[in-house]
Amino acid sequence: MSHGTVIIGNGIAGITTARYLRKYSDQRIQVISSETPYFFSRTALMYVYMGHMKFEQIKPYEDWFWEKNKIELVQARVERLDVQTKKLILDTGESISYDKLVIATGSKPRFFGWKGQDLQGVQGLFSYQDLQLLEENTPRPYEEGHPTKKAVVVGGGLIGVELAEMLNTRAIDVTMLVRDGHFWGNVITENEGKWIGKHIEDHGVKLQLNTELKEILADDTGGVAGVLTGNDDKIDCQLVGLTTGVQPNIDFLKGSGIEINRGVMVDEKLRTNVADVYAAGDCAELRNPLPGRKAIEPVWYVGRMMGEALGRTLSGTDSPYLPGPWFNSAKFFDIEYMTYGTVSAKPAEGEDQFFWKQEGKNRFLTIAYEKESQKFLGINSFGIRLKHEFFDLALRKGWKIGRVVGHLKLANFDPEFSPKWFKKMGRDFTDQTGIAQDKPGLFKKNFA
Amino acid sequence: MKNTSLKQIGLGLFLTSVGLFISLTFILNINFKNSHLESLSRLKDEVFAKNLSALNPAPVIVMAGKLSKTINDYNKSVVKERGIELKYTDEFLEKLNNDASAFEIKEINEENGFSGASAEKLREYTGWMEGRTWSDFSSFEMEFRSKVKDVNKSIISEYGIGESSRSQTKLDAILLGAPDYLKSGWAALLIFGLAVLGGLVYFIPLMRMKPGIQNNHIYHNKSQTAKGPAIIVFVLLVVFYIILYQFPVYLANQIALVEPLSQIMAGNASSQWFLYGFLYSLSMLVMGMRMMIKYRGIKYQQFRTLSVIFFQLAFAFTLPQILTRFQLPSYDLKSAWPLEYSYFFDYRVDQYLEAGNLGLYMFFWGIILFAVGVPLLTYFYGKRWYCSWVCGCGGLAETVGDPYRHLSDKSLGAWKIERWLVHGVLVFAVVMTGWVAYTTFSGQAELFGINSYSMRSTYGFFIGFVFAGAVGTGFYPVMGNRVWCRFGCPLAAYLGLVQRFKSRFRITTNGGQCISCGNCSTYCEMGIDVRWYAQRGQNIIRSSCVGCGVCSAVCPRGVLKLENGTEKGRINDDPILIGRDRATLNL
Repeated sequence: MSHGTVIIGNGIAGITTARYLRKYSDQRIQVISSETPYFFSRTALMYVYMGHMKFEQIKPYEDWFWEKNKIELVQARVERLDVQTKKLILDTGESISYDKLVIATGSKPRFFGWKGQDLQGVQGLFSYQDLQLLEENTPRPYEEGHPTKKAVVVGGGLIGVELAEMLNTRAIDVTMLVRDGHFWGNVITENEGKWIGKHIEDHGVKLQLNTELKEILADDTGGVAGVLTGNDDKIDCQLVGLTTGVQPNIDFLKGSGIEINRGVMVDEKLRTNVADVYAAGDCAELRNPLPGRKAIEPVWYVGRMMGEALGRTLSGTDSPYLPGPWFNSAKFFDIEYMTYGTVSAKPAEGEDQFFWKQEGKNRFLTIAYEKESQKFLGINSFGIRLKHEFFDLALRKGWKIGRVVGHLKLANFDPEFSPKWFKKMGRDFTDQTGIAQDKPGLFKKNFA
Repeated sequence: MKNTSLKQIGLGLFLTSVGLFISLTFILNINFKNSHLESLSRLKDEVFAKNLSALNPAPVIVMAGKLSKTINDYNKSVVKERGIELKYTDEFLEKLNNDASAFEIKEINEENGFSGASAEKLREYTGWMEGRTWSDFSSFEMEFRSKVKDVNKSIISEYGIGESSRSQTKLDAILLGAPDYLKSGWAALLIFGLAVLGGLVYFIPLMRMKPGIQNNHIYHNKSQTAKGPAIIVFVLLVVFYIILYQFPVYLANQIALVEPLSQIMAGNASSQWFLYGFLYSLSMLVMGMRMMIKYRGIKYQQFRTLSVIFFQLAFAFTLPQILTRFQLPSYDLKSAWPLEYSYFFDYRVDQYLEAGNLGLYMFFWGIILFAVGVPLLTYFYGKRWYCSWVCGCGGLAETVGDPYRHLSDKSLGAWKIERWLVHGVLVFAVVMTGWVAYTTFSGQAELFGINSYSMRSTYGFFIGFVFAGAVGTGFYPVMGNRVWCRFGCPLAAYLGLVQRFKSRFRITTNGGQCISCGNCSTYCEMGIDVRWYAQRGQNIIRSSCVGCGVCSAVCPRGVLKLENGTEKGRINDDPILIGRDRATLNL
């Protein structure tokens, strides 16, 4: 009797695994989730809160999709994993058997044991349940007389800025505590952090840089009254958002025999130490990440790519997870961000960086390149839409920086009628660095 | 001042204006006693004028009924004088003594009470009944009486106020009897000015926000999620359309409001169509301002908004009025067949041909527009050149309809209906035009047993009035802003076929950057599941895409780009998402 493949987790990694497996195989597929009945785009939870969309609209596939593709959905929480008998024991007491198992349980917010972190009104933001809790903690979307007047967001990173944006739409006074000297200090450069910080403050959010959280203070009823910062400043608030990072959600695997570190240890085929058990997505930790890449990369795109590879592997054709050049994206209030390759937050040994901003607009970028060889290393782009395909190729082919800058016009992905910028940027680049642009022919449209 | 207060004030001003506008039908007396008999006589004749001036003043809602009665009475007297009276008909039928075979048309004469033109007509209409065998006398009687009715009807058309001029006469009468201050221009300035001011005040909070996507709280808002307030707007809009098309007399005071403007522009009296055009253009202008504010920072949206406002104000509203002033056919130069479904109707073609060389140029311009302009421009730019930059329906949808664009149905089921419905209407439009063109150029009303006039009036009623008008605009608050465009517009179907099969337009997706958030699909006014394409890296080429560009604007990761490019590789059904190496072992 075939039990097929069972996938724990209906996020992007688990679902992409299921979809790609179904593309190449007829075997039974079950997806277990304790979060929601159907797959939804976690990145869109913020838009539901802000009223841009309803929850139904952030589901990438209509509800009939699963039955049509014979992907069974199970709503339950997995309590324990028994690798000897190849069984999952659910919170209902029932058990599900598997031939192959995929652990795709994603992340959970990482807290640091602050005093008061369990008070009412303190929460992280990751899951659908977190969103519901946030709704409870900040009722009445736009009225000015509601109880949550002030909030403190701890952690100046992606989820933090999104939480700040969300709270801003409900007439809530937001203060953000940022540990580093500038916003998202360990990823973007100082220049960039400065401009983003200014943009965030333009939206009415107060940024406190070089500030950590020391303690969360309680009121008389077990709720939040305020926070105490590392500088011993007291800030009154009714809500504390702890967005200090995420960690793999794998507590239930303790003692199961699966080798775990911070995440589930996997090889490049996403196999764990136990036969027929795999892991993908935020919860997976690569034993041998590729040079320049991290062991755990809790990013939507990585989850999707791992799912693509794993689904293929599970269908019988080994397909290792081999990510191409790094890419990622985000949005800070009204500024879109995309990155290709590697731009170090502080220039590494032998790395040069060029920062350029369009006058009077929130459009700027940093390009990084090797000092000696002039090889293009990466680009952070803010408010300027650039083609993924272009940089994927440039990085694979090892283009020199002169060529990248010279060909930037072909990387343009801004909407029609957007302000032109490449000429000025190219000239400024050469003026500042002394490196000449390597331009394409006048009528060349494709960049291969 | 606080944003909520500003919005309340703005809304208050606007609703006051709407209230005043609607109330004109119920308050303000129409008074014929003060009008010059001379001007009243121009409606029909002195007798009619005298009857009107005998009426007591009353508001439009009551006066409309009184006018109907006055017209009926007048027609009765016309029938008495020139038509066939009931008593003579009764006597005539009695004389036959239940014997239908005794009927002779020569008995329809002065002796028996029939005379003049009506007698002649009756003889003509009943000639075929002489010498015919009837199953019984009552079937003969029924037929005879119906012919008498027909004769009287035609007498009324000729000498009285017939069916075709009834509505216009009532309207013209009320316009004459309306209070002078209503027609002076100040009333219009007050009523419409309040609405415009209300709108502008309401937009101040929007101006205070930073440039960026401003969709906060749309789904928290009852008026934008088809709840209570939206249903009220829906009902009001549909009722307005029904009254405008079928019972315009109830809008007579409102039509009087824009009389001075009509005189200035066209040198012509105002009409319900002028009022409609005015309201249409004004609301597009004000809501267009809202678009400009809302989409600050996105040039594509701003240029597009300015474009549709320009085409509406210049081509659809102003130019036809000026043409009328010069006694030329009033033609909206941007209106293309088959959307402009009356293009080949006989009265229109006659208008062009009778207007000298200019008329001829206009006529051929129209043909070039749909036969050459449409396919050529759609090849280069996709159907967006018309639907999002030029078309009047599209212009209203993009400005007035912007708050509702997310209400479009994205389900697969809706698409299945759409496919059949919109192409079905295209077929109907083509067939109907074929029949009508045959009539126009050959003079024959019937082809293969089907009357072209009934086909054209069926099309005009169901597609022109119900679908494009009442449903198309009325349904904005409940089904989105492009219901007509998506499910009914035959021009959209035509443009869409070109866009799908032979065009350089597409929406490109940016490699593997899509995060499946769903904003694009939510805000697609045509109900296209844009996300489905974006998340798999596939170009979006759909016949329904009007290229509004909002999907690209709301995408938080910049994944979508509207562009025109080479045909080669435009359609990529099996895309590869960029991001990883697809090395597979054991292949």
